[in-house]
Amino acid sequence: MTVFPFLVVAWIVAVGLYGLITSRDLIHQVVCLIVVQSSTYVLLLGVGYVAGGVAPYFFDISPHARAVDPVVQALALTDVVVEAAVTALLLSFAIQAHKKFGTLDPHELAEFKG
Amino acid sequence: MTPRQRLWLFAAGLAGLIACYLWAFTGLPGFGHYPGPYGPAILKHVIAQTNATGVVSAVNFEYRGFDTVGEEFILFTAAAGMSVVLRRLRGEREGQGSPADDAASRPVPATSSAIRVVTLLLVGPTAIIGWWLATHAQANPSGGFQGGVILATALFLVYLSGEFIVFRRLSPVALLDAAEAVGAGGFAAVGVTAVALSLPYLYNYLPLGTIPGAVSSSGTIALVSFLVGIEVAAAFVLIIGELLGQTLLRGGGRGGRQGGGRGGRQRVRSG
Repeated sequence: MTVFPFLVVAWIVAVGLYGLITSRDLIHQVVCLIVVQSSTYVLLLGVGYVAGGVAPYFFDISPHARAVDPVVQALALTDVVVEAAVTALLLSFAIQAHKKFGTLDPHELAEFKG
Repeated sequence: MTPRQRLWLFAAGLAGLIACYLWAFTGLPGFGHYPGPYGPAILKHVIAQTNATGVVSAVNFEYRGFDTVGEEFILFTAAAGMSVVLRRLRGEREGQGSPADDAASRPVPATSSAIRVVTLLLVGPTAIIGWWLATHAQANPSGGFQGGVILATALFLVYLSGEFIVFRRLSPVALLDAAEAVGAGGFAAVGVTAVALSLPYLYNYLPLGTIPGAVSSSGTIALVSFLVGIEVAAAFVLIIGELLGQTLLRGGGRGGRQGGGRGGRQRVRSG
């Protein structure tokens, strides 16, 4: 099954988007966005995997051991940091929306218009 | 648009997205057959070039160091942005809730002593693990980002033990701002120093040490990772402190707790 990891990625994107569309709560929507983003970790690590490779850390193994691609792993790290930053900002918007309008339901919020 | 129509529109879009996705990945190399020249080239030369055995850190803080500067400033900006978004609204004050909320005799459920003991016991080990991770990027799957988050966790354990006041006292905003500035500015300064030495930006100009993966090895990789650790720890404590501080605010807008009416709106009118 060489395509299985990529199908998993598609599945995570799909369920995350479904949650984003149907959600009735801003906090829940932020969590759905995290789910969508987490698909990119699977994609990055899936793309960089080398059959039979070890993690690219050579502290206690031979530097000539076959290892998986370190570049995509570094990208996944970047991804996690950006996600943390985005989540923090979105949650603070949710707090302010609740303070101003007294609801977290995006449908009700849409009626307030600014 | 009704929710039902919206769902249909979404289904149509998703079908298109999945079709494109499946078509795209017929062109991908199979799982486990990574063909890229970049990763294998780094794996081949990384130890000779940097003396770092943690290759992901070497990529992050050396080969793609310029990207990581940007990444660090994303976090820096997010923490600053949160402080702006969560600034006190007109009429919001700390600790001025309804009389029932503020009464000294309010029945507050005490934090269980099991939680207090366990969390306080964990503070020290957590701080040490965080520090260790932030200072060993060159050797292991560690680095400033991971270490910084865990260092910040040590402070949240203080909060979890039921001591919000102690958490606040241990993390004065002025100190956190300074730590953030030192971390973020230090990273950029390491890069600019290389330029001052007539080398490329973020060039690894420090001695690389002799033993691959040792604490003294890898030159600027270890230094930059440590600076990132300081920045990340400060940014996370700021972000969480900002969110926790929200629970102390009273008055303000419509959704605020009791007393919203006597808060912002009337003031706006009279002002």
